[in-house]
Amino acid sequence: MIPTDWIWGLVGGLMIGSAAGLYLLVNGRIMGASGILGGLVDGTGRDSMVERLAFLFGVLAVPPLLVPLYRSVDTHITSNPLVIVAAGLLVGIGTRLANGCTSGHGVCGISRLAPRGLAATAFYLLGGAVTVYLFRHILGVI
Amino acid sequence: MARIPAMPEPREVVAFLAGGLFGSGLLVSGMIDTTKVQGWLDFFGDWDPTLAFVLGGAVLPMFFVWRIAERRGVSVFGDLIPARTPPRLDGPLIWGSLLFGAGWGLAGLCPGPALASFALGGWGGALFFLAMVSGMVVTPAIRAWLFRPAVTD
Repeated sequence: MIPTDWIWGLVGGLMIGSAAGLYLLVNGRIMGASGILGGLVDGTGRDSMVERLAFLFGVLAVPPLLVPLYRSVDTHITSNPLVIVAAGLLVGIGTRLANGCTSGHGVCGISRLAPRGLAATAFYLLGGAVTVYLFRHILGVI
Repeated sequence: MARIPAMPEPREVVAFLAGGLFGSGLLVSGMIDTTKVQGWLDFFGDWDPTLAFVLGGAVLPMFFVWRIAERRGVSVFGDLIPARTPPRLDGPLIWGSLLFGAGWGLAGLCPGPALASFALGGWGGALFFLAMVSGMVVTPAIRAWLFRPAVTD
């Protein structure tokens, strides 16, 4: 809730949007994390396998290089393995069913004013908000 | 089948750079911090608006990039710019997004940050990644079982 967090959010957001712009203008592809990974997992992206791997390698390997710039980096992920497994399965199945996640439908879809991107964003925000309300304020699990 | 490259192709170098910039943006913006993501989704609690700034910052350059890309019609490397999909709402889009949102709220991770924080998230991050990939493996079967052929984006 501190304004510095908002400024870093904006800076990081501009970096995310620039990355998506680079990938679209130069490689002609929509930068969607679930699609790039999912196409490798289920084999639908076999034709562009090395390009996908190169993108994923960048996402995985570059952020750790920036960690020394911070006093601490903590994802604060829950230590409840049941919650983690359930959440991971839901994210994997949901994003592949919907053909996109926060980067593909969110960043790339909203900026194109794509009806399916806007609709997907509305529904995953709804799903997320209801889940946090239920599991945090009613059940007290997260 | 893919070849094992001795020298990376230019488009693979660009893919690596885009991935690196994307992952760095996720780290800088705070989106790999699950408490910030859950705070954004906590509309009836201590709401954290940071994610709105992240999304706004990301959409802004992309808004102009789409106009340039659609006017050009092709990418620098000559690929066709992906066509618009018909504005059709269907079951997989709605149910998939609701399920994704539920998982996003439960753990505070979506696919991008799950990748970017893979090396930073300890065993919990690795377990989430494994579960997410498992979900992706079984999805074609679930889709075939529950839905008729859907729009592809």
